Formats: sequence, structure tokens, C-alpha cells
Amino acid sequence: MPQNKQEKEKTKLLNNNHDVPFYRSAQFWKSTGIFWALVVLVIVMAISQPAFLTRPNLINILKQASITGVLAVGMTLVLLTGGIDLGVGSVLAVACMAAAYATTEEQGWSILVAFMLGIGVGAIFGLINGIGIAYVKFAPFIMTMATLSAARGLALVSTNNRPIFNLNEQFIDISNSIYFGLPSLIFYFAGVAILAYILTKKTVFGKWIYAVGGNENAARYSGIHVKRVKLIIYTIMGALSGLTGVLMASRITSGNPTVGEGYELDAIAACVIGGVSLSGGSGSVIGTVIGVLILGVISNGFDILGISSNYQRIMKGLVILFAVFIDIRSRMRKND
Amino acid sequence: MKQILSMRNIVKAFSGVEVLHSVDLTLHEGEVLALVGENGAGKSTLMKILMGIEQPNAGEIQLNGDIVKIENPARALSLGIAMIHQELSPIPEMTVEENMFIGREINRFGFVDSKKQAQKTREWLNKLNIAISPQVKMEELSISQMQMVEIAKAISYNSRILIMDEPTSAITEKEVMQLFTLINLLKKNSVSVIYISHKLHELPHIADRVEIMRDGQIISVSSMSDMSEKNIMHDMVGREISTIYPKCENTIGEPILEVNHFTKEGEFEDVSFTLHSGEKLGIAGLMGAGRTELVSAVFGATHPDSGTVLVEGQPMRFNTTSDAIDHNIALVPEDRKLMGLNLIMNVAENTTMCIDQKVSKSGFINKKEGARQARTMVEKLSIRIQSIQQVVESLSGGNQQKVVLAKWLLTDPKILLFDEPTRGIDVGAKAEIFELINKQVMQGKGALIISSEMQELVGVADRVLVMCEGKVTGVLEGEEITQQEIMRLASPKKEAV
Repeated sequence: MPQNKQEKEKTKLLNNNHDVPFYRSAQFWKSTGIFWALVVLVIVMAISQPAFLTRPNLINILKQASITGVLAVGMTLVLLTGGIDLGVGSVLAVACMAAAYATTEEQGWSILVAFMLGIGVGAIFGLINGIGIAYVKFAPFIMTMATLSAARGLALVSTNNRPIFNLNEQFIDISNSIYFGLPSLIFYFAGVAILAYILTKKTVFGKWIYAVGGNENAARYSGIHVKRVKLIIYTIMGALSGLTGVLMASRITSGNPTVGEGYELDAIAACVIGGVSLSGGSGSVIGTVIGVLILGVISNGFDILGISSNYQRIMKGLVILFAVFIDIRSRMRKND
Repeated sequence: MKQILSMRNIVKAFSGVEVLHSVDLTLHEGEVLALVGENGAGKSTLMKILMGIEQPNAGEIQLNGDIVKIENPARALSLGIAMIHQELSPIPEMTVEENMFIGREINRFGFVDSKKQAQKTREWLNKLNIAISPQVKMEELSISQMQMVEIAKAISYNSRILIMDEPTSAITEKEVMQLFTLINLLKKNSVSVIYISHKLHELPHIADRVEIMRDGQIISVSSMSDMSEKNIMHDMVGREISTIYPKCENTIGEPILEVNHFTKEGEFEDVSFTLHSGEKLGIAGLMGAGRTELVSAVFGATHPDSGTVLVEGQPMRFNTTSDAIDHNIALVPEDRKLMGLNLIMNVAENTTMCIDQKVSKSGFINKKEGARQARTMVEKLSIRIQSIQQVVESLSGGNQQKVVLAKWLLTDPKILLFDEPTRGIDVGAKAEIFELINKQVMQGKGALIISSEMQELVGVADRVLVMCEGKVTGVLEGEEITQQEIMRLASPKKEAV
């Protein structure tokens, strides 16, 4: 019996060596810092702008954030493996065109077909990216930059630069309805984020994502199919770009080949603000979700203040640098 | 002899924990001072203070009798103190001459004067009897040659004090002799050397005095001739270590791994060997003999051009490493930081890396079971950690290596391939690693051990396969296993013209 007790003590020791409750430890503040930043931001906005904390405005923020959000969650997976996908905005446009084409009054295909078509087109682009990066060994930056250009071209060529109008009402409702008092888009964002959270934190495949990004060689020597992991991740990213394209078509009630330009940067920015490392292996979906909300709140706040979108871009740049600066500082302190 | 450096009462604390307790160090002109101690004894911290990378909390540094403050590495360099790091960091794409002059290029109107740089470089190299052309790219040099270039570079800065951190950890015995000749030449030019090494048997050949550290304190400083290897080890560890190579009562059984006619162009040629259960088969050879490449191919990480592998008599084809793992093969790779560990993950995550899938519940991580298995391994291998949630980056080399071992032992392998299992770890941890290997072979597993330290193979291996330039040059058994014999077989047979 006493031996058993000793064993238990030992286990306890191995499990947890600090007696400070978790919510008071430095670790807690560091891992939730970005969340508190969002809270502070919301409070500041609410006090200074009475229009901010109104229902229509909050719904508007969530609606805007959801589109970037789906992309950013996918981008998180890609960044975790140590890669990057610059082509999401263009792939999104192709999917947008495909979904719009399928749901015009003339074609009149069902919504399900539109979804499958959009997501499928995206996934094919993702698969091509994945093959190029994992098997042909193109650098992710190069491969997806090529996709960025080619997919945009394809979107434009498909209708000779012309947008597609006259989508059916049912399809338009997808992105423009309110369910349970919340905009429908938020459910797609939440669904994708929850699935990605479970994938990264709870499944073996999720651990492989981190393993590949943290040390690709060690992962390979541990028997992990590194190439396969990458292929799957880029395909998921492509499928999510496709989903975003479908939602986009519904939201703007048309297929527009120029849609989504620069969205890759917003997605990457949200990840970076949320603490995802560009060198791979560290970061989380939760961080990215908060990053998305921070970006959303900031740009909404500026809209209310009547600051032009050009100035917003300048601010966004500064916010990104600031977030990464805080991250570097906390890392340095940890290493001390 | 003139005293040129004196560090007195140096105290250093990291976030409140004192890691150096009032440490002294003196260095005379033209002497080699060996600084030894287990990992974590405080050697590196002390040297970082001397190099200006860290600032001491108390104490003073005297250089040639003057008290100096070393704020940064640039200041150290200008004071004539230079360090040859364990992990060399030249720019591989650049030539020797370009690396020599990095940051101080000789230029005319902003254009680099390569001719003049090359000429100067040649002068410096000649002065140290180093036969390397200034126009060769760094990436074409061997580790030992790069090291010599680094030394020449340090000397070119008029350095009077050279710190060498484990200079022999990655070079062959022959190259070690060349390095020692070079150090002796430096001594003659009244350069002083602080020599950090885990290889105690080298010290009598090179050191004048030896300073031993343990737990942030100086345990003893004595003339090298007064100290035996055993004394040093005792002072380092603080207890008797009977032997680094523990006794092993293994019985050699059936063949479990047969490699036949393995060939891969430019790496190894027609290599065949058999590993039996309960056997420790050593593979000896110089750098570049193709040993690492060979085991990587056996493990399925790369693919040989031709040749077959048999596991327990069954012919196998490993397309990927996971195929090899499925057949109970484990590879503890040469470089734990590059190939063995995910440094930003914690101990538990690293340890269960290969069994996550096996213990998973329909694809979901089984954290509880993983943690349980990780904990049993931590105890079994006595890995010294605060918690299994500790990030492996913060562990000492010996403990990191044990985490790699733990990861592989959890896969329950029958065939263990060890590539330099004791590189860069201290005496105490070495003995423990060999103890572990012994335990495995006594259970009837087979161990293949690659080592560049011949002494090690003489100490532990039942048989030794010697490789030279990609070919097997001999197999030694029992009494035949001696350092001389291994050396003879491992050296290239180029007759002197």
C-alpha cells in the first residue's frame, strides 16, 4: 500500500510540477493572451463607438469574418505543416464561378450540386498543389503562386471576364439567411473550425500535421507518411477554398471572376495574429479563430469611424507586425 | 608561464536559479586547459560569459592583468578571444576565402578584392600547415577541414585565446591527430586553448591542465599528469563509475536481419552482413564510409540500387520507414535534433510518436494510454525531467537521447539500429545508454551499433564490421577487435606514391 501511494505521488509529480492553479500561472496568460487582446479591443470599441455594440453591427462583423474565417482555418492546417497556400483567393474565384454557373435560372441544378461542384473544383486544385509540393518537391510558395495565377486566369477565361447573374433564390438564401438569430455564414465558419479543431487536437492525423511541420525529417524517420500528410492537407485547403467560393457566390448573388483577390493575405494574417508559426509545427485553430475576429473587429471599427479602406490596409499591416512582435517577445522571455 | 586570463568568483543565475556558484578559471599563455564536466555542469555557461554571450551576475574577468567587461561577442573577438563551436556554421555556398573575410571583406570602391583575400587566406592557412585551397567551396570540405578553416579564421583575428567546444565529436581518429598537431603549433605560437571534451582519453595527449566542473562548481584543477581517466571521471560524476562499458551476458542466437549485396551508387557497394538475435554488431569506419547511408537504406528511408534484406529469414521490401517499423525495426538516428526529435513538442508527444496510431481509438489520439506508456518509459530509462509535458528542447543531450530511445523501445522492436548513440553525451549518460542496449540484447533482440569512437566498439561489440569508402573491408570478432585493427581496416588503402 505505501508503495502504491509513493507511486501515485510520483505520477503526480510527473504529471504536474507547479502547485499554482493553472488559471494563475504564467502559462495561462501566455496561451490565452490573444483572447484577452480581443476582449480589450471589443471593450474599447464598445465604449468609444456606441454603434459598435448593436445587434446588426455584430451580425455584420460575424458575417464578414466568416468568409475569411473558413479560409484562415484551412490556412492554419497548411501553415502547421510548414507550408503556405497563396492560391486560395483564385481557387475561390473558380469555385464561385462554377457554383454560380450551376445555379443560374437556365441551368437550375440543385444546391447540393452547386456545393459539390464548388468544393470539388477547389479540392482538385488542392490536390494538384499537394502533388506538386509533396511529390515533385516544388517549394510551397512557388507551387501555390503558380496556382494563384493560373486559377485566376481560368476564372476570368470561363466567362470572358463577365460575371454570372440570375442565380436561383434558394441558392442566394444560403449565405443571406438568419438562423437562430445568427447569420447563416457563421455556422459554416463554426462548423469548419470545430472540425479542424478536432482534427488537429484529437486525432492521430492531427498530431502528424504538427510532427511534419515541427521536424519533417524526424517525422519521416518515425514512420509518418510525410508526403501523404501534405497531399491531404493541401487537398483540404483546396476544398475549403472551394466551399468559400460557393458561399461567396451566394453572398454576392452572382459569380464574379475577380472575387477573392488578396484573400490569401487576410487568411495568413489571421493565422499569424492568432499565433500560428510560419515555420510550422506550432499554433492552433482556436488562435486563428480569435485572429479572424480581431481582424474583423478592427476593420469594422474603422468602417464605423468612417476611415477609408486604404487607411485600413495600413493599420492591418501595423497590427500584424505588433502581434508578431508580442509573440517574439514572449518567446524570448521563455528562453531566458 | 605568464597568466593571461583569470575569471574570478563568476556567478550566474537564470530566472532566480543559480547555475554557476562563484567559479574561478585561470589560463596561462601557450597552454591547453581541458574543461570537463557532465552536461549541465556549467561549462557552456561559463564559456558563454567569456565570449560575452551571457553577462555574469557577479565576479570579474581579468585579461593580461586588466579588468575587462565583455559586453558582446564582438568585444570578445576584439579582445582576442574566439570560440570554435561544436556545430560549425560556415556558409556552405561560399568559398574558404569568402568565409574567412565575412564581415570584413577587403574591398576597392565597394567591390570585393577576391585576389587579395585569397592571397591572405593562403598565408594564414600555410602558417598553420593546413593544405586547403582558398577557392574551394565550404560545402566541399569535410567537417574536420571546416574546423581547421575556423581555427585559421580565429587566428587571423589575432586571437590569443581559443575556446574549442567538443572539436573531436564529429571527426575521425586520424583527423583528431591532425587537429592535435595544429593545437600544438598554436601553443608554440603562445596561443592558449580552453578545450572542452567528453572524450577523456584524448586529454592526456593534448591538455596541460584539467579543470573539472560539477553542478556549477569547480571540483578540482590539476596538472594533467597528476590525473588518471578514472580520477577525472570520479570528480565529474561525484561517484565511482566502475566502467563505461557494463558487462553483458548475452547469448547469440538465430540470424534476424540479413543484408545481402546492398549497393547504392556513391554511397555503399556490395555490403552484406548478418545480425543475430542477442548480438551487438558494431559498424566502424571513418566519416564518409557510408555507414549512415547504409542503415538509412536498410530502414527504408532511402532505397538501395540493388540488394536484398531478410528479416527472420523472410525477404522484405521496405518502401517507407513505416514498413520497416511494422517489421519491428527501429533506427535511433545519428543526429537527434535533425532526425530524432520534434524539439518543440513535449516528452510525452515525442515518446509516443510511433505508437500513436497503435493505441488510438478509431483515429483519435488516446492521450491517457500514451501518457501511461510514456511514463513507464521515463521511469524505465530514468529520464530526468520535471514532467512529461516538458518540451524536449529544454532537456540535456543525454536526456534527449533517452527520449529518442524511449520512443523506439515503445514500438517493441526486435532489431535496433543505433547510429552514433552516444554522440555528444556525457560519461554517466553513456554508461546508461550502453546498459540499456545490453538489456535489449539480453532479451534476445539484435543491436547494430555505428560508432566513430573505436574505443566504444572495442568495449561493447560482439563483432565489428569495418567499412571504408562504402565497402566492407573486414569483420572482426572477439580478441581481434582492437583499435589498431579497426584503424587499419578503416583507412583507405592508397599506397603512398
